[in-house]
Amino acid sequence: MSFENTSRLTKTIPREKAFYFFTSIGNYTGLSATSLKEFTEKINEVNAKSLEFHLSRGDFEKWTSEVLQDTELAGEIKRLQRFSLTGDALRNQLSIIVSRRLRHLTCQF
Amino acid sequence: MKLKDDTLTADATDIKILKALQEDSRRTYSSIGKLLGIAHSTVYDRIRRMEQHGIIKQYTAVVDTEKIGAKRITAIMTIYTDPKDSEKVAKKLSEAPEVLEVYTSLSEELLIMAKVTAENQEHLHAFIANSVAPLPGVLRIRTSIVTKKFKETQLAIIDKSEKLHL
Repeated sequence: MSFENTSRLTKTIPREKAFYFFTSIGNYTGLSATSLKEFTEKINEVNAKSLEFHLSRGDFEKWTSEVLQDTELAGEIKRLQRFSLTGDALRNQLSIIVSRRLRHLTCQF
Repeated sequence: MKLKDDTLTADATDIKILKALQEDSRRTYSSIGKLLGIAHSTVYDRIRRMEQHGIIKQYTAVVDTEKIGAKRITAIMTIYTDPKDSEKVAKKLSEAPEVLEVYTSLSEELLIMAKVTAENQEHLHAFIANSVAPLPGVLRIRTSIVTKKFKETQLAIIDKSEKLHL
């Protein structure tokens, strides 16, 4: 992966394109992420209900693919949907996937 | 009708006229005059002055949107904000066509209440996620989707004698 691609995936994005964590339709937790690094941190902080809500709707997949333009990470998150994980089990798996991806991208340079 | 410091104070006759208009804003000056036992020219003068002073803000049609096939959902949003940004958030919300009413409250903590409409739950969520949550100063949002409407009306002018005792 080129330096340009890596920096694009790890950069901070504008607030209007951030990921906003909700627990259900219209119920915003107050947590948001404007970068992959921040996304990793917020996954460990937010109510697990929020993770379940967004995973079931495909929001994580959509955001990582369309906003971060990281199709590889989006694919890994999509695969997670098949396991029907909930609560902390989901949090742990999601955290592993995203942290691993972040390490991979940042360790290249 | 009294005018003090360019502010119009409505008297008992004005209140009766307003009440008649709230029941049916298409009533003619003559029919209101007949109803209240006053000249239609008096009704005309008073209505004109109340319009000029902004007491009567507009004449509008109350539309049953379901009957024209526009099925939409309504929700009440409670938005917790940083106090220094609440005014800006409320103003920004007021600009959105999806938002029907906006209020601020200081009752417990500073918050904004807004009535919002959308085509469906997905559109509602998209609007809140893309247009409300990103506003600077928004701390948290709680949204309740309306499932049944029992009453929806403009504030009516109520006579003391009409008050309902429960």
